[in-house]
Amino acid sequence: MTPPDDLALATLRDAARRVASRVVDPEIPVISIADLGILRDVVVSDGHVEVVITPTYSGCPAMNTIQAEIEQALAAAHLSPVSVTTVLSPAWTTDWITETGRQQLLHYGIAPPVHGEGRTALFRTAAVACPRCKSADTSQLAPFGSTACKALWRCNHCLEPFDYFKCH
Amino acid sequence: MDTGSITVTDSPLLRYTLRRADDALILGHRLSEWCGHAPMMEEDMALSNMALDLIGQARSLYAYAAEVEAVGRDEDAYAYLRDVTAYGNVLLVEQPNGDFARTIVRQYLYSAFIDVYWRRLMASTDATLSAIAAKAEKESAYHLRHSAEWVIRLGDGTPESHLRAQGALVDLWAFTGEMFTVDASERALVDRGIAVDADALRDEWRATVTRVVAQATLTLPADGWMQQGGRDGRHSEHLGHLLSELQFMQRSYPGASW
Repeated sequence: MTPPDDLALATLRDAARRVASRVVDPEIPVISIADLGILRDVVVSDGHVEVVITPTYSGCPAMNTIQAEIEQALAAAHLSPVSVTTVLSPAWTTDWITETGRQQLLHYGIAPPVHGEGRTALFRTAAVACPRCKSADTSQLAPFGSTACKALWRCNHCLEPFDYFKCH
Repeated sequence: MDTGSITVTDSPLLRYTLRRADDALILGHRLSEWCGHAPMMEEDMALSNMALDLIGQARSLYAYAAEVEAVGRDEDAYAYLRDVTAYGNVLLVEQPNGDFARTIVRQYLYSAFIDVYWRRLMASTDATLSAIAAKAEKESAYHLRHSAEWVIRLGDGTPESHLRAQGALVDLWAFTGEMFTVDASERALVDRGIAVDADALRDEWRATVTRVVAQATLTLPADGWMQQGGRDGRHSEHLGHLLSELQFMQRSYPGASW
């Protein structure tokens, strides 16, 4: 049988994880940090909650906001004291975006990353389907987009430009 | 007069970490100078995004330097409060942007080096350096691809773009040798599996560069006199001007935050 203390700890941890999971990426406010794969761990010891996150890119300017929002969310749920730790290893990869997260990106108008996209082959681009009309006839406008994690694409069928979440 | 400059503790690991951080910060700052000035919108975003990656890498490295030095400094102190002679970046990254071709060629020569460098550093026995390298390598691979494509477009483009790309290659070539230097203090770290032996990367770098330069219909310059000194704080006049802008706020308003 689980001792009562362990049970309380597990409950607190689950509660903290649930609250932290709901924090969304400020740049793409439809995907949670859990579905984006940057929420790495929630550790509870002596009543202190530690949330561990990892950046998508080294220079991602959203990290400070995400940290502040985790602290606020947990404080609002009366789960404190809280600290947020950033770890670099293992390095984040788009493979950690959940299936739910990929669907959320798509609905928001961002094409999710295409697995196995060539990393270094010159002038080669992935086959990315248009998030609006689903046409496969698309082309890259610019390999860098509105944020570090995205590239700018255009659909040759419906002619709309769209963001593509780069494979990383 | 108190200039507010700091003097960093002398230790091989600290010096090694700061040299890598300085390369990333200075090149990142150079690229950021293009923000709002690039020849087209897409490249404005590309150069700014690459600047962001590089400054992010510098932050991770400076934060580690603070941990290694352990005298209560934070990452900002190393960027804003060291004088020009305390900077250990290679001369290549401080060279002025010039025209777009020059910026791209500089980026390519550096990216072709640093990408393989980070890949080796991932195997470092130092867990933090290995983690930073694993993160940075994904970014540098993307920079390498982007700058290589532009070297090819410019070299194999119009007579004018070819001329400018070739001119940049010739002018910057003398700054490439310094990337491969390993001094005694770094050699000791290489022997302990902490640092990467940059000297051993020459062939791989050269093979990469030769391939792209050929595809770009450009001519690889002959290896002649190689400029160096940046690693030991002997810089070209350009770095002082760059730092005067980069450090202005913290020097004029010490401790300012917002």
